[in-house]
Amino acid sequence: MNKDNLIERYEASDRINHWLVAITFILLALSGLALFHPSMFFLTNLFGGGPWTRILHPFIGLVMFVAFAGLAMRFWRHNVLDKKDEQWLKQWEDVINNREDKLPEVGRYNAGQKVLFWVMVGCLAVLLVSGIVIWRPYFTPAFNITVVRIAVLLHAIAAFLLILGIIVHIYAAIWVKGSVRAMMRGYVTPAWAKKHHPAWYKEVTSSRGRQ
Amino acid sequence: MALQSLDIERRSATTTQPPDQRQPLKVAKLIDISKCIGCKACQSACMEWNDLREAVGTNTGTYDNPRDLSENSWTVMKFFEVEPDGKLEWLIRKDGCMHCADPGCLKACPSPGAIVQYSNGIVDFHEENCIGCGYCVTGCPFNVPRISKKDGKAYKCTLCSDRVSVGLEPACIKTCPTGALVFGSKEDMIDHAEERIADLKERGYQKAGLYDPPGVGGTHVMYVLQHADRPELYGLPNDPKISPWVSVWKGATKPLALIVLGLAALGSFFHYVKVGPNEVEEDQKERT
Repeated sequence: MNKDNLIERYEASDRINHWLVAITFILLALSGLALFHPSMFFLTNLFGGGPWTRILHPFIGLVMFVAFAGLAMRFWRHNVLDKKDEQWLKQWEDVINNREDKLPEVGRYNAGQKVLFWVMVGCLAVLLVSGIVIWRPYFTPAFNITVVRIAVLLHAIAAFLLILGIIVHIYAAIWVKGSVRAMMRGYVTPAWAKKHHPAWYKEVTSSRGRQ
Repeated sequence: MALQSLDIERRSATTTQPPDQRQPLKVAKLIDISKCIGCKACQSACMEWNDLREAVGTNTGTYDNPRDLSENSWTVMKFFEVEPDGKLEWLIRKDGCMHCADPGCLKACPSPGAIVQYSNGIVDFHEENCIGCGYCVTGCPFNVPRISKKDGKAYKCTLCSDRVSVGLEPACIKTCPTGALVFGSKEDMIDHAEERIADLKERGYQKAGLYDPPGVGGTHVMYVLQHADRPELYGLPNDPKISPWVSVWKGATKPLALIVLGLAALGSFFHYVKVGPNEVEEDQKERT
């Protein structure tokens, strides 16, 4: 494979930022699920027991929020939804059956990726605010009990949506070959870009031509 | 614990039935507010039996001392100066855990065995299993559990489960000089309360009654109130029940959510099996 032809999709700082979010997400999902339902309580063993799970979870959460905010600042401009995205979402059957040729031309991100991006933005915001409200012993005593009760419920709902979204996200990366390499090593092949993100491919190659 | 460990009706964060073969008597503490003189002997007995010492607090201009329940004060006398029928009454209520038949604390607790409900009705915290999340505080409709500043664990009245398990009455009952506090089977306590209520009605308290709120399945600490139609005079909730927010949070939604997550992972896997990976053909050519 000719390395000169490769297209850079993520620079090193993008990749480090992404994997920082990913690692903290895994830690948070495991420690959060441990307290989510009794059948998952055994996961507290991974964190040194129940009290340590309870102590660590919110601190890791802060790290994830800060890292995610960085990621959102980097990528939000590419994730604004437009008319073409609506059409893409309508053709979801073509999407899941690998019939990409029938879909409208996709730019840097497809509509699925964009929707996931905004779902994550919403979930992270809810998780941060509700998480602070239920963070004992530091902040909870300052809040009215009804606020605390609503916050624990919202925290669980937002966490559920986020984990569901990330299951889809991880599977999409396994399904669409070349995606993991893009986030690990930063580059994609021209053929990959042309097939999955043709509008982005045109953009990148035309600017390259001008150089 | 010993034999008591055989008699567990409910255990926090446990989805199977705990050992509950034997059927011990349901117990209850009855607090007759009309007989209470506010001497705080029950508070002292509680601290003595349970080896608790409250730090010296500050005077807030009332007889309430300490001002509120804490990790060191599992029962506190609360004084209310009210004028329900235009004449001044000094109502004194011994505050503490109500030992609900449907305990919100236990429902909310995520740690297996940190909260148990014995078959006799006592709701007890096992602090060695407590992780300090405070969900019990969130779940309690009576604002009873307190998180210790020293060890981060939740504490509250045990109804002297250690004494009751060996046939003794709780320490507060033992020490009460006026008979305002009595302890026995829940059935007997209801009978006794009815006698007291009839007596109070004869003395002009037409609305006297028993506080055994059905919203939490009844409680194993009950009050005889002179004004049972207005429990708020005593700082008691009118119709306590587990908050709907807590019920939704801890109800069927959680196992359902786990099933949905499992199905998402399983669905993804079978999508791969059926449709297969989305590969770029030219890439393959380039490699060969």
